[in-house]
Amino acid sequence: MSDVTTQADRPELEEEQEHRAPFWQRLVAGSSTPIGLILVGLILVFSVLEPNAFLDSANARNIATDAAVLLVLATGMTYVIITAGIDLSVGAVLVFSGVVSAKAMNAVGGDNWGVIFVGLAVALAGGLGWGLINGFLIAKAKIPAFVVTLGTLGMALGASLVITGGVDEREVPFKLITTIGTGRAFDQVPWLVIIAFAVAIVFGVVLAATRFGRYTYAVGSNEEAARRAGIPVDRHLMKVYALAGTLAGLAGFLSLARFSTTTIGGHDTDNLQAIAAVVIGGTSLFGGIGTMLGSVFGVFIPAVLDNGFVIVGVNPFWQEIAVGAVLVGAVFLDQLRRRSQYQR
Amino acid sequence: MPEPLLEARGIVKSFGRVRALRGANFTVFPNEVVALVGDNGAGKSTLVKTLAGVHQPDEGEILFEGEPVEIHTPLDARRLGIETVYQDLALAAELDAGANMFLGREIMRPGLLGRLGFIDKQAMRTRSREAFDNLGVALQDTAAAVATMSGGQRQGIAVSRAVTWASKVVFMDEPTAALGVVQTRNVLDLIGRVRAQGLAVVLISHNMPEVFEVADRIEVMRLGERVARFRRGDVSMEDVVGAMTGAITHDAQDGDSA
Repeated sequence: MSDVTTQADRPELEEEQEHRAPFWQRLVAGSSTPIGLILVGLILVFSVLEPNAFLDSANARNIATDAAVLLVLATGMTYVIITAGIDLSVGAVLVFSGVVSAKAMNAVGGDNWGVIFVGLAVALAGGLGWGLINGFLIAKAKIPAFVVTLGTLGMALGASLVITGGVDEREVPFKLITTIGTGRAFDQVPWLVIIAFAVAIVFGVVLAATRFGRYTYAVGSNEEAARRAGIPVDRHLMKVYALAGTLAGLAGFLSLARFSTTTIGGHDTDNLQAIAAVVIGGTSLFGGIGTMLGSVFGVFIPAVLDNGFVIVGVNPFWQEIAVGAVLVGAVFLDQLRRRSQYQR
Repeated sequence: MPEPLLEARGIVKSFGRVRALRGANFTVFPNEVVALVGDNGAGKSTLVKTLAGVHQPDEGEILFEGEPVEIHTPLDARRLGIETVYQDLALAAELDAGANMFLGREIMRPGLLGRLGFIDKQAMRTRSREAFDNLGVALQDTAAAVATMSGGQRQGIAVSRAVTWASKVVFMDEPTAALGVVQTRNVLDLIGRVRAQGLAVVLISHNMPEVFEVADRIEVMRLGERVARFRRGDVSMEDVVGAMTGAITHDAQDGDSA
């Protein structure tokens, strides 16, 4: 079920060796091992081709910074997809949260941590609001998640345009940009990257080891069984979409800090990128299966490809083709593993 | 006759224009195996789901140990000590056997971690393993996803779960329908052991030899109503089949007026 549990929690491992499936089957059926190997392989290939340019701390920093905002979106998306749902609205909610956050910070005025905190709170609240709308319509009104989040995608983006009149908000507290946006811990690791990884780790642990995580898998695996087991399925789904919305709000705040503008037109494919990352990471669109570690790999494969192609001198347009192929391959693997499981 | 443990009176349940239950009665006595039989569409599964809190009855009342009760959710049924093995088993196929065993009743880690919501997977697997061993369910690996297991093993998990948690009565909706000869034998033996533990078992089945082997009493449903009830020794298979098909009605046992 998850990377954390498969090895450590099986004291009876030795006596089971004889019953276990052959290595290739465990590889296919295993968690995020294959996709992690692909990422390692990519890094090796680019390192061999361009050891100086690719294997450079500045370059690693670039890759991680580019991936940070997407990693926050993918963290929430992992939960949603494990419940067999989908959230198309995350990119639009990101934009909306950035817009209301920038407006709020400008309304308060000043250039200090107090203003930044207000901006963060407004961004999180904006994301939470859209997430609750999504969750309510999906869990209570029983409208398919695809339709609900397609609707809120349009509404959140439209609301952003109404609020700004279609012009990007470019005034952001300078302190926000120099600290969270471009600042680094110990002059090395960007704060953006630290925040994104902290989010992924915390919610990865919650997913793998808590009751909230267990219910997320159960709802995605068999909603009716979860209901009959007394799990408050509707409430849980609302929480999951609220979480995805709130993290999209956080992503909007981070994006605002990084680019010092709301970039309204720049997030049209964020939702698909987040979904692709999660699915590449081994999370099943049919629900019940997935790990946060896989999603981290899934975020970094496109980021490494993009960066590596530029450095190696391949036209970066090829990145989109490569990511598309990896995505299809990942879903094919998922199908294979389901088929092999249900053969009995 | 002792006081009934669970009694349904005049249950009516419609789905749209289909009236699945038309004033159905049903009685379970403590520590007995009662078979609920009837043709396809007679309303057996609907009645069981109503008593398990999955469906809400449109009319009628449910008495538990003589007191009227409302069973709105599966949790309500659970609090009364009622557990159900559903026809579709209601297992989360992607989760392991231990997770399914404790679904909705997770064991939390001790101390602060538990209060933060961390679950004790090891404890759940160990205790599941004990339950499976007690009930003779053979699983190689309690950490493997249920989806990787055979039909008999899945049935074993679903039955073990219900039996482990039930304190009064276990409903089993066609527990042997998907099983082979040996596994069917296991489930029938298990039903006997469950009764020996002091629980009541409601067995829904089409299989007459099976019913006559394990049931103390037989209640027959037809077209959404109870049409007959028998004690095992008093009746032949032909009579039961006759009641199922409408050739005989015999609902007067115990002086019941329905």
